[in-house]
Amino acid sequence: MLMGNTMPALDRGQRPSGRHVTRNKKSSADRWFKWILGLAGAGVLIVLAAMLVSTAVDAWPVFKREGWQFVTSSIWDPGTSRTEITGSYGALAFIVGTLATSGIALAIAVPLAVGSALYLTHAAPRWLRKPLTYTIELLAAVPSVVYGLWGLLFFVPVFLRPVMDLVAGSLGRFVPFLAPPVVTYNYFAAGVVLSIMILPIITAISREVMSKTPQSEIAAAYGLGATRWEMMRFVVLPRARPGIIGATMLGLGRALGETIAVAMLIGGSKQIADSIFLGGQSMAGIIAVTFQEAAPENVKALIGVGVVLFIITLIVNVMARLIVRLTGGRLLGDASV
Amino acid sequence: MISRVFRVTVVLAGLSLLLTACGTANSPSAPAAGGSGLAADLLGAGASFPALLYQEWIGEYTSQVEPGVTINYQSIGSGGGIEQFIGQQTDFGASDAFLSDEDLAAARSARGCDPVHIPTVFGAVSVGYNLDGVDSLVLDGPTLAGIFLGDITSWNNPAIAASNEGVALPDEPIVVAHRSDGSGTTNIFTTYLSSVSEAWANGPGAGKEIEWPAKNSVGGEKNDGVASQIQQNPGSIGYLELAYAIETGIPVADIINSDGHAIAPTLEATAAAADGIAIPDDLRFNILGVGGQGYPIAGATWLLAWTCGYDDNVGDALKDWITWDLTRGDSVAEELLYSPLSSSLQAKALAQVDLINSNG
Repeated sequence: MLMGNTMPALDRGQRPSGRHVTRNKKSSADRWFKWILGLAGAGVLIVLAAMLVSTAVDAWPVFKREGWQFVTSSIWDPGTSRTEITGSYGALAFIVGTLATSGIALAIAVPLAVGSALYLTHAAPRWLRKPLTYTIELLAAVPSVVYGLWGLLFFVPVFLRPVMDLVAGSLGRFVPFLAPPVVTYNYFAAGVVLSIMILPIITAISREVMSKTPQSEIAAAYGLGATRWEMMRFVVLPRARPGIIGATMLGLGRALGETIAVAMLIGGSKQIADSIFLGGQSMAGIIAVTFQEAAPENVKALIGVGVVLFIITLIVNVMARLIVRLTGGRLLGDASV
Repeated sequence: MISRVFRVTVVLAGLSLLLTACGTANSPSAPAAGGSGLAADLLGAGASFPALLYQEWIGEYTSQVEPGVTINYQSIGSGGGIEQFIGQQTDFGASDAFLSDEDLAAARSARGCDPVHIPTVFGAVSVGYNLDGVDSLVLDGPTLAGIFLGDITSWNNPAIAASNEGVALPDEPIVVAHRSDGSGTTNIFTTYLSSVSEAWANGPGAGKEIEWPAKNSVGGEKNDGVASQIQQNPGSIGYLELAYAIETGIPVADIINSDGHAIAPTLEATAAAADGIAIPDDLRFNILGVGGQGYPIAGATWLLAWTCGYDDNVGDALKDWITWDLTRGDSVAEELLYSPLSSSLQAKALAQVDLINSNG
């Protein structure tokens, strides 16, 4: 009470000088705060640049010797020297493996994720929405090595193999990249398990974006006589599209970098297979699998694969942003959070 | 009051227990408790193939023979083992392949003296297959190389049929399974293929990780990865350590050796393989040209140590441990499906042990 009585008077009496002092203090604090924030922001860039530079320097002898062959040749025959580069290092097969598995994963996960997000936001009964959302998000909490094991021991040999045999035996007669023979662990098997792994992140973001669709527009669509499907098709989806693309990019990022589960399921062969039912290897996979026994020159080449993976991830991201910009719309649209 | 007295008593009892525990923990380091009083901490790293055996040997040696010695072995792979050994980060190394001349030179200039190679056990690389209705298969070296080269692509190929009279070989495509990681097992297998096939020697060659030419090839990480590739793919053939083939029950082929005998991979046949081999003084050898009753695809695994630069207690403990392994560790090795050294090779290995730290 005492404070309450004295404060206004004090405040009023000292207003000019008081305000001056506090503003000075505030602005110096502001400056410091700005610097600290700036440092935090720059820190990310510095770490990223340091990583790229130091890995590129480490891998330089291999890049210098192989030149463009490093990304255009698929002969990977490591040497054992400690000082020179004696082997052949062409990472094309691994680049193909990474892109193929990620492509397959996206082709399966995106429609599924958008469908389940639509269902969760605009079709599911209210009582089911929360538990279903939690369940899908729970998929993201499973460690990737567990996905790998599950795929290795159960999902791929028991469930997927008959499906692959069936597809190769029927469609495979007309479509070259589905042709037999089938081996159990292959691009497709890795891609399917990868799609389950990136499903939650795409679903979660798509759902969030779709749930922000203005009620007035939904009501307007119904008012014009739209069916529920037409309402989704013409109101929810267009508004959510940039957000869905953003979600897809996040999923793709995870798919490109996923290591253990892919290495366990992709088939471990170093060739470029001409069918998605044959084995290959991914970029992260070859690093994880062969690093342990690698001689010094081989380690340099593996670091080089890491650099190329980084650059490819960058290119894919930039391309995606360009596509979004060219087709009009920001990466996360106005309907997003 | 009572409770406080009780608490104090409990604390005191606990303290006295602790003290006696310390007392008993201290006493074994005295020579009286069995050991000869060696005291040292040894650190080693390397090959994963013999890791299981080394852990057993270490466990038995440090608990029952020399309680004053502790040995830490890290199974990080032969490549890393050689790196850390040459980089002086460990007291001893372990590798499934002997040091190359280049590695040897690097080692000499790093430490200023020679390293020694001490073979510990042999391993056999068996050829497993998955072929419906076929439970015995005989292959000769050139045919095996032809299969892994991708020249022989079907199970009913005449080259396979020639050594398998009376076996109904199906007209099924062959899927070749290999290791996807770098491995001493791959090195032994490809060294053998290079020795029996000109085309293999001039093509893929030998090494821990090579370029596999066969078109229908699949890779698996470590032995269990290859085992599951073989089990999952009908018509497949792949190579894996004998112990894994026995454990998983995958059928294995008999391989025809240089005397024309078809030999099944067993511990005895592996031991016999090394008998007729000429072994150089520095004990860097491959097992090739095996005849008699020997199984032809086999190799040794080595411990690496230095001839100088150890503190006396470390050098003595290292020599004592390896000597114990070589002379007393055979039964453990056989239990774990490793094939121990023959007595003549054992003598040569012990001579190398004597060189450890001999240059001070």
